[in-house]
Amino acid sequence: MKFYRSHILIGISETSLNAGVQAFIPTLRQELAKHELTEEINILETGPLGFFGKGICVTVYPENISYSDLKLEDIPELVSEHFLKGRPVSRLLFDSATKFQPKFNYESRIVLRNSGIIDPESIDEYIGAGGYEAWEKALTQMQPAEIINEVKASGLRGRGGAGFPTGVKWTFTAPIDAPQKYIVVNADEGEPGTFKDRLIMEGDPHQLLEGIMIAARAVGATKAWIYIRGEYKLCIERLRLAIKQCKDYGIIGENIFGSGFDLDIDLKIGAGAYVCGEETALIESLEGNRGNPRWKPPFPGVKGLWQCPTVVNNVETLANVPYIIQKGAEAFKQHGTPECSGTKVYTILGDVAHPGLCEIDMGTTLRTIINEYAGGMKKGFKFKAALVGGAAGVILPDRLLDVKMDFASLNQYAAVLGSGAILVMNEHQSIVDILWSILRFFRHESCGKCAPCRNGSQMLYQLISKIKKGEGTMDDVEQMQIIAETMFNTSFCALGQSPIMAIRSAIENFKDEFIAITKK
Amino acid sequence: MYQEICSKYAPTKDNLIYILHEIQDTHPQHYISEEAVDYIAQYLNIHANHIYGVLTFYTMYSTKPRGKNIIRLCESPPCYIKGSENILRKLHILLGVETGETTKDGEFTLELCACLGVCGNAPVMMINDDVYGDLTEERVEEIITKIRGRK
Repeated sequence: MKFYRSHILIGISETSLNAGVQAFIPTLRQELAKHELTEEINILETGPLGFFGKGICVTVYPENISYSDLKLEDIPELVSEHFLKGRPVSRLLFDSATKFQPKFNYESRIVLRNSGIIDPESIDEYIGAGGYEAWEKALTQMQPAEIINEVKASGLRGRGGAGFPTGVKWTFTAPIDAPQKYIVVNADEGEPGTFKDRLIMEGDPHQLLEGIMIAARAVGATKAWIYIRGEYKLCIERLRLAIKQCKDYGIIGENIFGSGFDLDIDLKIGAGAYVCGEETALIESLEGNRGNPRWKPPFPGVKGLWQCPTVVNNVETLANVPYIIQKGAEAFKQHGTPECSGTKVYTILGDVAHPGLCEIDMGTTLRTIINEYAGGMKKGFKFKAALVGGAAGVILPDRLLDVKMDFASLNQYAAVLGSGAILVMNEHQSIVDILWSILRFFRHESCGKCAPCRNGSQMLYQLISKIKKGEGTMDDVEQMQIIAETMFNTSFCALGQSPIMAIRSAIENFKDEFIAITKK
Repeated sequence: MYQEICSKYAPTKDNLIYILHEIQDTHPQHYISEEAVDYIAQYLNIHANHIYGVLTFYTMYSTKPRGKNIIRLCESPPCYIKGSENILRKLHILLGVETGETTKDGEFTLELCACLGVCGNAPVMMINDDVYGDLTEERVEEIITKIRGRK
């Protein structure tokens, strides 16, 4: 193996492609060659580095120095100063003003442990980083029941929203004697402000595939579908490539490693519907129907895709599984809280100094996440509220920032944890305005199957529009709560049960604003 | 054309979404015509009204002819608080069309969409397969002018 003095990790993501990273890389290579540094400095194209909204970003190892917003014309200076003379170019540093360096926190990463380090398009690098060891172990040294017990013991809970224990979910499907069972991966990420699954798939597609394989072995499924949104072009490309590489290496296919176990993994591209994040709606969509949710029970674990037993898991959930099998449930439980083990991936957006993604132990407070991982508020802005969990989330004021982020502590707000989206708003932004935007979203995304959601979402939108215009009364505000509560009690699926979260938290925490606007 | 696309897929209902995607992508006007629906109905041996149901359910499909470049501006909360309404107003002025309409020269169709998952760069829009982020009114003008010049 070649030994390099330094590695330049270049994040390839939607953002950097947008900023012209494809032209940047060859120019950088040429410049390195000009100084005869090709043998000493390695360029590695990798997944998202953990901070964005900053154009082309690179991190240099072993120094662990990050540069952002690089332009073609910066290359000569960067190469001659940093790589030739060893002096980091301070003007180009990630945040030259405050010297803030993004906290990568690799020691506590599970899902993103390879992301931003290995080349996501190379199966060899994944294997070199310990990849597919867990799959080999699960297939050749463990019985399906042992795999399920290990996942159960780890306390892993679904990262899609509801937080249902993953091992328990698998036990519904595993004992059923059926000619065909399926694994379905929910990669139809649509919660506004959420894109952690995109980053997981872009940064380390093989880890998701390995999780799928282990789940398939555990429940006895021989076919897996990844249902992914059509907009995630780079993910689709990388997953297709990763699946092909696995087939070429015999990691999936027929009679894998001579074990007699068969598994095939395929992608299915969605066509744009928020409700398809609901597991039964997703199954309907896979079958070629409108994405209307189904009546439960029977649950998909018993009768799912084409009436066969089907396990539906979120991307992040499955990406945790290889670690659990490889290192054991005890190692996994070192992270997080006793009730909620493991880590959680968050995307932090809005008026913080450094929007980005981070993976941290369950139970970390919102205040720590915002201050330590996102560098606090953007200069000149004051914190007003955080929308946590996207449209189906809650709006929290400053005094609630010390709430611990785990399923148990968030209790009634538990569903908001899944998405991992944290949208920070400054003091000039209007809560009524953001609520209007959220309710417009629900009106658009209601699938129309059940009356409470179909009519309720429309009524909520009309009421909030009236209030936003300054024509509403406090009775309208009250009415909104009543409607949303009725929707919560009577809607067919989680979509219609969601608007109450944002409405109640907005009104409870920012009542003054509603009083002020209705008095106009 | 329809025959060529359909025959790539087994005639089972679960391939409907794929077939619709491909027919729409290869049509110069990026839409699914009535004729196409009839053909698919026959090929998959399902009712045309089932196909219409599916077609109108998902936001990525259109039953109306559209322009060469489809602009999809995100209107979800993260983009909204970063000023997507101003971007929309600017696009209305630049293109001279309302939301959902196509320019007279058939170059652009303007649509709104839900979260594209690129919220780190809000406000965001997609034009065909390309994502454009950190939009300002000036940047939008630049982008549109550049695409117009590509003809």
